[in-house]
Order: sequence, then C-alpha cells, then structure tokens
Amino acid sequence: MRRADKEGQLATRAVQVTFLLALIGLWYLAATRWHVSPLLLPNPVPVWDDFWDILRTGEFLGDLRVTLTELAAAFAISASCGVITGYFISRSQYRIRVLEPLFAGIYSIPIILFLPLYILFFGLGPASKIALGATISFFPIALNTIAGFGYVDRVFVVAARSMGASDYQMFRYVLLPAALPIILTGMRIGFTVALLSIIGSEAIASLAGLGHRIVHLAEAMEMTRMFAYIAFVVAIAAILNTLVSSLERRAGRVR
Amino acid sequence: MTEVAIRITGVSHQFGEQGDARAVRALRDTSLDISRGELICLIGPSGCGKSTLLNIMGGLLAPTTGKVEVFGKGVAGPMPRDIAFVFQENSLFPWNTVLENVELGMVFQGVPRAQREERSRRSLEAVGLKDFAHHYPAQLSGGMRQRAALARALSLETGILLMDEPFGALDEQTRMILGEDLSVLLSRTDKTIVFVTHSLGEATFLADRVAVFSARPGTVKELIAVDEPHPRKPGFVTSEKFTTIRNRLYGLLHDEIKKSMAETALTGGADK
Repeated sequence: MRRADKEGQLATRAVQVTFLLALIGLWYLAATRWHVSPLLLPNPVPVWDDFWDILRTGEFLGDLRVTLTELAAAFAISASCGVITGYFISRSQYRIRVLEPLFAGIYSIPIILFLPLYILFFGLGPASKIALGATISFFPIALNTIAGFGYVDRVFVVAARSMGASDYQMFRYVLLPAALPIILTGMRIGFTVALLSIIGSEAIASLAGLGHRIVHLAEAMEMTRMFAYIAFVVAIAAILNTLVSSLERRAGRVR
Repeated sequence: MTEVAIRITGVSHQFGEQGDARAVRALRDTSLDISRGELICLIGPSGCGKSTLLNIMGGLLAPTTGKVEVFGKGVAGPMPRDIAFVFQENSLFPWNTVLENVELGMVFQGVPRAQREERSRRSLEAVGLKDFAHHYPAQLSGGMRQRAALARALSLETGILLMDEPFGALDEQTRMILGEDLSVLLSRTDKTIVFVTHSLGEATFLADRVAVFSARPGTVKELIAVDEPHPRKPGFVTSEKFTTIRNRLYGLLHDEIKKSMAETALTGGADK
C-alpha cells in the first residue's frame, strides 16, 4: 500500500516535470524555428546564461531583500490581525452572521485597484507595498480563522464541558486543535496572495524590489535579462510555497 | 430502602421562547427517582425528550421548570466528578490518540499524571482496547470508537454514567456484543447508569428498569422492571422472560409512535 502510494507519487511528479520540460521545449522551438521576435520571446539559452549570471554575481540580493522584507512585514501584520480579529468574530453567532459575508465580499474585489490610494498615503517606498499586502492577505486569514473557530463540531464542545473543561482548557485542547488546520490553510493562502500583490504592486509603482526590477528591464528592452529575472521570481515563489506548505503540514501535526 | 442517585422532580422543558410559534415543548412534568447502582433505559418515540432529559440530568441544559438532584445536590451545571457522558458517536477528539482522548478528561479535572496513566490503562483494558491506545479515532471501527468513548467515561470514575444512544449508529451485531460487554462491566461496579436508546431489545437486555416515554411533549408513561441479574447471558435474549418484556414494551411504544407520527405529519416534522 505504502509502496504503491510512493510509486504513484513518483509517476505524478514525472508527468509534472515532463509537462514543464515540454513547455520549455516549445519555447525553444518558438524562439529558434518559428521566428517569433526575440523582443517578444528571447531564446531560452541566453536567458539561462543570464539567470546564472544573476545568481553568480549576486546582483539580485538588493531587490530580493526589499521584496522579502515587505513580504515578511505584510504577513506578520495580516497574520496577527487576521487571527485575532477572526477569533473575536467567531465567539459570537451575531458577529459571524454580520461580518463573515462582509469580509468574504471585500475579499472578492480586486483590492490592488486601491494601490494609487495606498501610494498617496504611504509613498512609493516599501510602506505602501506592506500596507497593501497586509490588507489583501488579512481577509483569507481572518475568514479561515472565523471558519476554524466558529464551526467547531458542537459535540466536541459539549463533551469537553461535560468533563469539566475550564475556558482555557476548552481553548487549548478543543477549539485550537479543531481550528488549527483551517487557520494554517488561511495563512498559506494569505502568504501567497501577499507575495503576489507585493510583486504586482512593485511592478506598477515602486522604487525597488523584484517586481520593480522586471518592469525596469522591460522598459529598457532587455528582454533576455527580464526573462531571467522572471525565472528567478518563479523559483523564489516556488521555494517559498514549498517552505510554507511544509510548515503548514508540520504545524498541523503538532497539536 | 435503596439510596436515590438521581431525583427528577416535575421537570419540563421547552425549546424556544414562550409564545414563539416555533417553540417546541419537549418534556412535560416528568418525575423519576433513579436508585444507586441501577441501569435505567429511557425509551420512546423520536423527539419525546428522552435525550433532553438526559442532558438536563447531566447539567448540560437547564430545565424550564422543575429540578434535578444528584446525590442530594441540586444540578446547576456539569458535575464532572459525579457524572460522565457517553455520546451517540464521534465525540472523541480526532486530533488525539485513543489514550490521549481518555486522559484528557482527567487532565480537565487535574488528576495527577501517574494516576492518569494507571486509570486510563485500566479503563482501556476494561473495554478491550489496550492494544489500540496509540491509534487515532479515524483508524478505528465505529464499535471500537464507542468502546474508547466508554473508556474515557469510565476513567473519570464517576458514580453516574449517562449514555445517549451510544450504540445507535452501530450495526446490530456490534451492538449486541457491546451490550453484552457493558452488562459484564456493570456487574463489577456499582455505577448508576441512564441509557437512552431506540432499541427495544437493547433496553430489555441491559436495563434493570425501562422508562417508557409518551409522545412529545414526553413524560414517563410507564416503568417496566426487568428482574434479571447482571451480567446477562446471551441466552437471556431467547428466553421467555425477554420476549414477554420486549413485547410489552413494543405494545406501549406502538401507540406513542403512532401519535408522534401523526403529530409530525401535522407540523411538518420538527427536529428533536
């Protein structure tokens, strides 16, 4: 059973890798055989060279530091505010009824449209990116915290109460473990949307950061290097996602 | 004269506010004395308030009128030192192993660690689950989960056990075996047990007395004694005595169920 599982997983991975390789193959063919303009689609081979050049020289460090600092600050704000607000709302059926649909509604609008407003308030620097990232990632975290704490199976609460659980024990041994996996999922989603909105807003209006760098290269028509940076951001995003997912799984197990 | 463990005096209960069209009278003017060490089964049509009465006895629900005394003390909230519950199903915490589930109740009551280990080991052994202490509830069958829930309740070493259709979700065979095991278990303790069930056979097999409820708003319509010592043998099921009592219960219930169904059809079926 275990072994079959593992083999199945390996096969899935193989299909995924093949798909990505095929995509790169198509890219290569398009750039070399099908005469797509190098301004639109540069040859992947020099892109690969540039990618290594960026890694080797470490020129990415400054921009990466800016983006990651913004991400960390935004996530710290949204995670703490989201969990506290969500918990507070979840303690009353009335508050759930009023605020949950409201939050879900706000979450469904593209908050990034308010970026100009954020820039007016917080300037072109990191502060506006942090504020926007925190706003956008606040909602999935708060909503999942509400769902986690607000819909704990009643039988668990009644059982614990019948056994004499105090308020603290109810929270520590029943509500928290019941809600934790859902909250962690909210945090993972929040982290992802924070990353997306921060890089996105850097690309729209900023002074530094990975998104800024990519747009800057595009404006200078340095398409090969721009693609190399895009590949770099994709790699960073993949690494961060893997990290956060594994943290989610690990934290979910300790409860 | 046997000691009274639970005294129920004039208990009524209504869900929802007075005057609200959706208010449901679940129980009316119910009085019942349950003696120490007896197993009493509450049986009646769906929605007759037998589970409501159980929750009121356990202090999980305050009655609209009337009062309940447990060992002479008025019930005003959960009494975890005197009363343990076994719920219908899935009341084990899925994030804890069987052992952790059993220990948690004792953690809530501040039982010291060494004692917790001893008591959980003993109660898991009593229900035949000592080899499954480190399994999670999802890894167990429904019957085993209910055994674990029973072990959790036993480990609290309360004088009273309230069981709300504990085997209700299990298949007939598992139910029978669990019933036999429960009877054996009981013969070794002097616990007072109130057992809510739908099953006539289960009630007859387990109970010292069966309280038959009328249709909603329910009250105890009749008390039937089952004069047969615990532990009860499997052969009891096929005995003349068993059949007579079971048929008697069937007769009593039949009218009430008809009444309750007529009412359900009329009101479009409110839940219990």
